[in-house]
Amino acid sequence: MNAWLTMENLGLTEGGTRIIDDVSLALGAQRTVVLGPNGAGKSTLLRLIHGLLHPSGGTLRWARPVSQAMVFQRPVMLRTTALANVVYGLKLRGLAADECERRARQALAHVGLERLAKRPARLLSGGEQQRVALARVWALEPELLILDEPTASLDPASSREVERIINEIAASGTRILMTTHNLGQARRIAEEIVFIDRGRIAEQTPVAEFFKLPRTAAAQDFLQEEMP
Amino acid sequence: MTEFNDAFLTAWQLLALSDARLSAIAWLSLRVSLAATLVACVVGMPIGALLAVGRFPGRRVLIVLFNGLMGLPPVVVGLLVYLLLSRAGPLGQFGLLFSPEAMIVAQAVLVTPIVAALTRQVIADEWSEYREQLRSLGASRSRAAATLLWDGRFSLSTAALAGFGRAIAEVGAVMIVGGNIDGVTRVMTTTIALETSKGDLPLALALGFILIAVVLAINAVAYALRGWAERHWG
Repeated sequence: MNAWLTMENLGLTEGGTRIIDDVSLALGAQRTVVLGPNGAGKSTLLRLIHGLLHPSGGTLRWARPVSQAMVFQRPVMLRTTALANVVYGLKLRGLAADECERRARQALAHVGLERLAKRPARLLSGGEQQRVALARVWALEPELLILDEPTASLDPASSREVERIINEIAASGTRILMTTHNLGQARRIAEEIVFIDRGRIAEQTPVAEFFKLPRTAAAQDFLQEEMP
Repeated sequence: MTEFNDAFLTAWQLLALSDARLSAIAWLSLRVSLAATLVACVVGMPIGALLAVGRFPGRRVLIVLFNGLMGLPPVVVGLLVYLLLSRAGPLGQFGLLFSPEAMIVAQAVLVTPIVAALTRQVIADEWSEYREQLRSLGASRSRAAATLLWDGRFSLSTAALAGFGRAIAEVGAVMIVGGNIDGVTRVMTTTIALETSKGDLPLALALGFILIAVVLAINAVAYALRGWAERHWG
């Protein structure tokens, strides 16, 4: 498995606390899920990879430049229509107006929201807003999609719908790197699990093996607590 | 007490008959202050947005400066603009002193810091919510500032109205640069000051009623607009 991203001794210290502590990790799977207890540094790791945060030490090496996009736990919608929210991301990439509109409509259709295209985005339900956020990144056709607990604040039905969309984006060839609190979801989406504990990588294991018997005691404890 | 009642009665008569002198003065007031507010918004809102999202040396100093300038004394602004526009001043060649244009300039100077400082507050709040998302999508800081100005348009209407309220109610700046010339630069506040000192209370009082009504109406519109926006756009 060729790594598309290699991290060496990556660290992030904020206010004297080591949030990410000496992480060395090679990511090569097409669908990777990062698991770990609350406050382990999962979101911080994703933000470092996405470039929203700068490491205080170590290196992040891409095998080749990769276009990437990110979906956050709480979707941030502009005070405009759902369609214009999707168009906005495309416009920032410098696409012509009619091409933006065409791709945005297509992306909204992919997430099943074409009939809500002209509705004010902030008045949609939480699940619908997250689907608009997914359409916004899908329209950009990124090579890597990073998702930070995309279903954490959603009801089960919306959660399943978001999961279906993530799977479809993955099927279109986009690499997925995400965190989730939902172990069933991790199992269904991931090829590989990265388990992180107190800012350190505890283990990196193929999904089937991880859920059968994790290699580290920390991960075993975590699974026992999360799946009584 | 009778004098008091008479003044009220005459004031209402002036209003009811929409007295020509009265409406000319009120109309000039509105024109000057609306124009000044417009200029202040065009200049102050981008400044406020850049102060909120920008990263450049001296940003903190500028924020403190603009917050401080919100309390600029109108007479001082009047004096400074007077010096600029007077015949010997750097902008004297345009002959603007004692004209409505000079009053617009003075009020715009007075109101721009208010609009900029209030805008900065609104946009800074939005920025903390949108920051990661906008950066993730690849928006530059100036692009983000523009996006947030549009996104915060309903909250920003409050900043514009606060500026307008300040402009229409001030007397010191327009008095100095306008000169309170009858039929040319006489606005509501300067007329109230003059007529009161001359003892013509009905006219002063009628103008006072209009001034209060304008300020109340503005705030009612602002309230309604924000309510509508909240329901319509979230």
